[in-house]
Amino acid sequence: MGQRFKEFVTDYKRQWEIQSMVLPGVIFMIIFCYIPIYGLTIAFKNYTVIDTLSSAPWVGLDNFRIIMSDEYFWDAVINTLGISFLKLGIGFIIPIILAIMIYELNMGRFKKFVQTISYLPHFLSWIVLGGMLITWFSTSGLFNELLLSLGLISKPANILLDAGKYWWIATLSDIWKEAGWGTILYLAIMAKIDPTYYEAARIDGASRIRQIWNITLPNMKAIISLNLILTVSGLLGSNLDQTLVLMNSQNREKAEVINSYVYRMGMTQGDFSYATAVGLGVSIVSVILLVAANSVTRKLNDNQSVL
Amino acid sequence: MVAGDLDGRIFDAVNKVLLGVFMVIILVPLWNVIISSSSSGRALAEGGFIFWPKEFSLENYRAVFNDSSIGQSFLVSVAKTFIGVITHVFFCAMIGYGLSKQYIRGRKLYVAMGVITMFFSGGMIPTYLLIKSLGLLNTFWVYIIPALFSYYDVVILMNFFRNVPDSLEESAKIDGAGDWHIFLKIFIPLSMPAMATIALFNGVGQWNDFMTTKLYVTNQALYPLQMKLYEIIVQSQTQSMQNIGGSVVIETTTKGVQLATIVITTLPIVAMYPLLQRYFISGMMVGAVKE
Repeated sequence: MGQRFKEFVTDYKRQWEIQSMVLPGVIFMIIFCYIPIYGLTIAFKNYTVIDTLSSAPWVGLDNFRIIMSDEYFWDAVINTLGISFLKLGIGFIIPIILAIMIYELNMGRFKKFVQTISYLPHFLSWIVLGGMLITWFSTSGLFNELLLSLGLISKPANILLDAGKYWWIATLSDIWKEAGWGTILYLAIMAKIDPTYYEAARIDGASRIRQIWNITLPNMKAIISLNLILTVSGLLGSNLDQTLVLMNSQNREKAEVINSYVYRMGMTQGDFSYATAVGLGVSIVSVILLVAANSVTRKLNDNQSVL
Repeated sequence: MVAGDLDGRIFDAVNKVLLGVFMVIILVPLWNVIISSSSSGRALAEGGFIFWPKEFSLENYRAVFNDSSIGQSFLVSVAKTFIGVITHVFFCAMIGYGLSKQYIRGRKLYVAMGVITMFFSGGMIPTYLLIKSLGLLNTFWVYIIPALFSYYDVVILMNFFRNVPDSLEESAKIDGAGDWHIFLKIFIPLSMPAMATIALFNGVGQWNDFMTTKLYVTNQALYPLQMKLYEIIVQSQTQSMQNIGGSVVIETTTKGVQLATIVITTLPIVAMYPLLQRYFISGMMVGAVKE
């Protein structure tokens, strides 16, 4: 040990100049990443404003026990899962279909135009989009005007105040924002498919749909699996910005998600230990989901792990 | 063969029509925001228009520009984006350069530490307590310092630096240049495309970021545009709740201001969009095919 340590010190001194570039990063990680990870211990403590991290008394699993009987928490879990599964079910498939449609376009300029426009919403912040949605859905806004002029409704109503429709608003607005952006990776993968496959298929008389089904999709299997794993592991972490801007007193019961609940319990009510416990529980479940999704897709991909 | 052609033509036509519908779904709402923002308050309250403003007026924009706090917020947004991007890119490049050298002592440990940060974090509350105990609450630096580092960006830059030919570095070393000199004078100029990509992504992130303010800043003088806009939205929401069935005059004035603020908040991003477009696809690719 002594010998190796001495060697390390001599090398480190000799490399001092290059080490001085890495050192700030190491210090940053210790302070901003590892101290907060250590800070997760307050989930097992009873932390109050007068305490410091070390002086707060340990309470074991008490906070987690309270979570189990907290109905607001379970409401948030149900909303998170509901919105996430809608996003997963619809929002995962749309970019794939969209990418294939764009890939099949053979007009250069229209293709460029479609791509440029479809990426645009991704660059709007949720606050901006939230403000837009509130305007579109207001009683004199675009949405009601369209439905009125099409004769689909007779009286304008603000659907943002309708709790029953919130899950759909959250899902569809997320898709509107991100679907185009989601096509980039798929398009890049498709650009690498060997064009001779398509030529051969054409000679065999395969229709365009058939070619997509038998050539394009199988070639994207790996990237689709990877994306699915990442989406599934993020299932419980639904968008906090989106919720904060779209939630109001009328739709709260259907809009509250776990993240916004953590925010409310911790930041506005000051119950730090409890909020941390909720956050920690969610992280643990997310890691379990990640591992589970990885092993399922591994089975589907002939035992080749994508992660 | 002819049948195949017909089948292909139908496919193409349907495809184009569907994508055209998709374009309309994206563009019409955006266009509607722009024309609504330049309509008078009365026209906004009455509604009845979709594609053209009913009563063209710049009163909303005048109201926004007369509000000095919005000008202040604009400056905060610009400053935090500008300073944030430059410091972030430099910080990540410096670390990425160090880690791109295989011989550096402790490399394995540093890389492991970095990878762990990509999957685990303390979450909202422990991070808040840290920021608080560092005395960063309600300071401008809370926008800059915690945002300095991202291991994703370090990895992208590290891979880029690795592809620079060794001979450049060797010849500089023979001339007596130190590591810092080589990094600043050779690698940084050579890595401009990679750094521009990261700068643009990070810049959009900084410009659009609102959670940092929401969590750590209560001083209105430090509010960026996004937070200002959020406040206007919340305010108009509460007003419209109280006004259900009652007077709508107040609601529509705030609505007009809200719309004009939305347009002003988004304008810089749209102005940068042609630049962004050139870089972001390559950036996505570098980000996706790492390791």
